[in-house]
Amino acid sequence: MDTMSPLERVLRGIAITLVILFFMFPIFWIFLMSFQTNETILRVPPSIVFEPTIANYQALLTGRLETAAGTLEIRFMRNLFNSLFLSTASVALALVLGIPAAYAFARLKFRGSEEIAFTLLSFRFAPPLLVLLPLVIYFQQIGLANTYIGLIWVYQLICLPLILWIVRGYFEDIPADIEHAYRIAGHRWFTTFRKVALPLAGPGIAAAGLLAFIFAWNNFIFALVLASADKQPVTVGALAFVTASGIQFGQIAAAIVLSIAPVFALALYAQRYLVEGLSLGAVKG
Amino acid sequence: MTETTLRLENVDKFYGPIGRGVHAVKDVSMRVDRGDIVALLGSSGCGKTSTLRMIAGFEAVSRGAIYIAGRQVHTLPPVKRNVAMAFEGYSLYPPLTVRENIAFALKSSRARAPEVAARVDEVAAMLEITNILDRYPNSISGGQQQRASLARALIRDADLHLLDEPMGQLEPQLRTLLRGRLKHFIKERGLTAILVTHDQTEANALADKIAVMEAGELQQYASPAEIKERPANLFTGTFVGEPPMNVFPATASHLGDRIHLDLEGGLDLVYPESAFAPTVRAAMLARRQVMIGVRPYAVRRGEGGATATVLANQWLGDQSHIAARFAGGTIVLVEHDRAALQEGERIAVRLAPDDLHIFDPETGCAMSHGREAA
Repeated sequence: MDTMSPLERVLRGIAITLVILFFMFPIFWIFLMSFQTNETILRVPPSIVFEPTIANYQALLTGRLETAAGTLEIRFMRNLFNSLFLSTASVALALVLGIPAAYAFARLKFRGSEEIAFTLLSFRFAPPLLVLLPLVIYFQQIGLANTYIGLIWVYQLICLPLILWIVRGYFEDIPADIEHAYRIAGHRWFTTFRKVALPLAGPGIAAAGLLAFIFAWNNFIFALVLASADKQPVTVGALAFVTASGIQFGQIAAAIVLSIAPVFALALYAQRYLVEGLSLGAVKG
Repeated sequence: MTETTLRLENVDKFYGPIGRGVHAVKDVSMRVDRGDIVALLGSSGCGKTSTLRMIAGFEAVSRGAIYIAGRQVHTLPPVKRNVAMAFEGYSLYPPLTVRENIAFALKSSRARAPEVAARVDEVAAMLEITNILDRYPNSISGGQQQRASLARALIRDADLHLLDEPMGQLEPQLRTLLRGRLKHFIKERGLTAILVTHDQTEANALADKIAVMEAGELQQYASPAEIKERPANLFTGTFVGEPPMNVFPATASHLGDRIHLDLEGGLDLVYPESAFAPTVRAAMLARRQVMIGVRPYAVRRGEGGATATVLANQWLGDQSHIAARFAGGTIVLVEHDRAALQEGERIAVRLAPDDLHIFDPETGCAMSHGREAA
């Protein structure tokens, strides 16, 4: 940075501004929309000057949506809770299953290890639509359709490969001899795993968990097909705003703002931790 | 009788399936007596680190058995073998200070805190790392990390101390100083140590016995002097010693009461019969083709020698290294005085029978060293 000329500095500033505008504008516009009525949203030409209203948020929080055709019951808060519960539980399960597996794939070379790891990754290649129909039929037969357990199980298709592959990379980056040194000083491998490998891979585990959480949160298709109204996350619940009397853009915008808020907060919080953790060992951890 | 601390019995290591994978260690058997320092010496990939890691328990033994202090250990996890190890990659735990890293080796030994502190200070002083004890591994140099890692191994009371290239990263001056201190430290406490190194000076300076390894095989296991004076085979002869031993193919014949060794380029070295033990003589004549080896510092210049042409003459400040064309190859001489020789100059070199090592060219095995049979 020190060697940059003033011109370069200005150009770089402009470039950064453009990128930020490009990526942040839709979010910003949605944020504005969430404080407007359908009429002000849909006027031509659009304007950023309007009289703000909190009616959209009120409707979401109270669950009563006033439309031209009458009052509609919506379950947005229930959906938000479902999203939170499903994503958290899925990521927690994936971490419990995925971290030991990632450690095994990183440290032990056994017959077929690469094949197994790749198979797990390949779950991410298959289009969800392809597996959905058989899945629905099976789930109905064994009674898992429209249950949280069933959904969390299916969400492992999203979370587990992600966590497995990211965390495996972090484990592989830790020199095995650090663990060896700990083991030869009189500790069992499980203690070593807990006291040495896990803390050193901490930033990776956090990153993988965060990513898996976002992916689970954003999932639409599994939840659409496998869950009925009371188990649906916000992604599916947002469909309720497409009503007989038109699309409720204001409420959709407010719903988006509310539903990205938790992930946004989590990402902001974890970002600080990630950067800190990635400078491995420079700080006492 | 001395107590055996470590015994390897026909140890094999395959990476991959037994019999088909990479055969990294081949049928190695050796004993290490209690209180001895043994160096595993060899070039990269010779199997010395694999051997060390099998002893530590980080690599499975494919075939054979390992005993430490009389216990069969090769099926036990590292924690149960009672060995300490300094790793080549240092392997310090980043979130702990150097002091904590060294001390954690004693955590499981139930030593009291004041005793732990005293021992850390002692070993740190020995290795000149007292001033960095409170720093973190990532903020110190490679040489300092290496010494911290060495300290972590030496502080333990273990049956066996395994040191993988313990001084590779140190500056030459420090290395010489620490070599002396390390040897004193190990001997004073009666520790038994196995040191892996590719530096023969280090092996010679520290070890009571050197195990020379090449291509997974144990070539020779003997004292440093024995390895220098009586190399078991061509590999050991040419690998140990700096500059390396001069080796030439020769044809042995018996004319009258003299033994002739014909070298390439029409050179004929003539020795009296008595220069070789009768059995060696018989073996040489039966073989006809032999390899003769002579150490560079044993080659003398002087009247009546065979002719050689100087290719290069380097004065290293304390010795001259002279390379000369000889018998279709190159011969290297070491002299302790500054030799006034120009390139292209002819010199006469003498290979005294007492300094000759005779090897079987097919097996590489030594047949004689000087007048004695191998």
